[in-house]
Amino acid sequence: MSINDFLAILPVLVVLVTGVLVMVADVFLPEGRKGIAALLSGLGLAAGLGAALAAVPSTGTAFAGMVVADGFSLFLDALFAAVGLVGIGLAYDYFKRMRLQRGEYYTLLLFSIGGMMLMGHANDLVMFFLALELLSIPLYILSGFFRARLASQEAALKYFLLGAFSSGFVLYGIAMVFGGTASINLEGIVAAVRDGSANLTFLLVGAALLVVGFAFKVSAVPFHAWTPDVYEGAPSPLTGFMSSATKAAGFAALIRLLLVVFPALGENLAPVVSGLAALTMIAGNLIALVQTNIKRLLAYSSIAHAGYLLIGLVAVNSSAAGDAVAAMLFYLVGYAIANLGAWSVVVAAEQAEGRGLELEDYSGLGRKYPWLGVAMLVFMLSFIGVPLTLGFWGKLYLFRVALESGLFGLAVIGIAASLVSAYYYLRVVVYMFFRDGEGVARRDVWLNLIAIGSAAAVVLMALVPGDLLQVAAQAVLRVP
Amino acid sequence: MLQEYLPLLIIFLIALLVGIIAMLLGYLFGPKRPTRRKSAPYESGMVPYGPGRRRMSVRFYLIAVLFILFDIEVIFVISWATVVRQVGVPGLIAMAIFLGLLEVAHLYAWKKGALEWE
Repeated sequence: MSINDFLAILPVLVVLVTGVLVMVADVFLPEGRKGIAALLSGLGLAAGLGAALAAVPSTGTAFAGMVVADGFSLFLDALFAAVGLVGIGLAYDYFKRMRLQRGEYYTLLLFSIGGMMLMGHANDLVMFFLALELLSIPLYILSGFFRARLASQEAALKYFLLGAFSSGFVLYGIAMVFGGTASINLEGIVAAVRDGSANLTFLLVGAALLVVGFAFKVSAVPFHAWTPDVYEGAPSPLTGFMSSATKAAGFAALIRLLLVVFPALGENLAPVVSGLAALTMIAGNLIALVQTNIKRLLAYSSIAHAGYLLIGLVAVNSSAAGDAVAAMLFYLVGYAIANLGAWSVVVAAEQAEGRGLELEDYSGLGRKYPWLGVAMLVFMLSFIGVPLTLGFWGKLYLFRVALESGLFGLAVIGIAASLVSAYYYLRVVVYMFFRDGEGVARRDVWLNLIAIGSAAAVVLMALVPGDLLQVAAQAVLRVP
Repeated sequence: MLQEYLPLLIIFLIALLVGIIAMLLGYLFGPKRPTRRKSAPYESGMVPYGPGRRRMSVRFYLIAVLFILFDIEVIFVISWATVVRQVGVPGLIAMAIFLGLLEVAHLYAWKKGALEWE
């Protein structure tokens, strides 16, 4: 254990230490001054973001091979810290308005972000599991943050039970991989496969179980059943954060597992992941068509986007692996920005006791608050993948990778599903601009800043998509 | 390798067999005169009152969780203490970090009033 070990995971440590500090600070903060906890958390995340951006992208392992630091993990560190910062911005006014401003929210959020960052750094199956639990357990608690609200309790319990179930899959998968290769370290597993001492049957069963476990986290169909209920019952700022960040963390684990650990199983796993991708795109988009609650609509939308991302995951074991990872990271960034923006509008429009969440309640909102309305329009267009938005380039790169690696069927399904999705995304805009209603939205500095800033980012970054793709392409994984 | 476990399996089977025989003999030859009182659940010889599953005060759970926290601390500290000379200063630092984190948890529980019984 040397100082270099700690430097390798510096962003993670900064975030986790801040989480502990906020926890201690919170008990000494008087009632009504809990905003200081939010401020502290924001500073910690900004420091974590700085640490991730300032770090020299090197590749190496630390803590006796338990964690790895490479371009991929640094990219994800920066992404999670940034999403976390926006997540705090979403939460601050919301909880003040709901009279539930408590420091624990920020502490748990920071712990969860630390777990997500650790997921990118994991170089050992046990670390994957530790990161999975560290990111999940705070989210279970936060889903039930409205203790007195029945929907919130239901969300927490449902998320906890199904999350524990999926953790079980991951654990069984780890056990099978260990049985097949006598190692839980990624290097050891790769070496065992290379020199032929691995039992490929056990390895395949283990890999399949691990894929199922993480498919729960990215809410791929048929493991998506928890998503709409949890997203609906959890506090809206949390849902916004969760749908952007947890998905990225789940895909981080899947990318590293499929690219680094199981390249030998590519042919066996590709049909499974392809099936998941097709099912997720079709089911997510079709069920979203009939939703009338904005939170459920965005939940199914997030399932559908997991489907598009899974196309990239199929291509990870093809000759276009580098492009596939870059396209997925690009897509995750684009989706996170548009998604956080969309949730900032939802948070602004939500009234006490969970009212103001039906599409009906959005009637006339766009004309009354033109900035919010235009921002929502931009986000919805980005979700559909209309040109001049970040979402367009994300889908373009993903489908291009699919065609490069010969996945014509999936690309066609993806494009068709995007066309279908235009209906329910544009319906939100139609309600906001072309219906009359009494809807009111909160005028809060942070929420407006997030909405307008995200909308600007979606449009402006779409002008220079090549540069962002370049950054994503440098986020390479360490292959032993 | 599995053969080493064969004696264990034999002991397990014998234990199972002895248990089954003992119960079987009692079942076959024992006199059975059940009364209401005899078939009732045993509660230290008293007449049972109320159902067996009663609600516990939620405060006990809090105490139990705090107990687990410090119980695990002891497991780590003892295993560390047996090799304290071999692991040296890095081990000491790691232990200090671990205990520091636990102390933070303790402080949090204390300030939140989890240690008060009212």
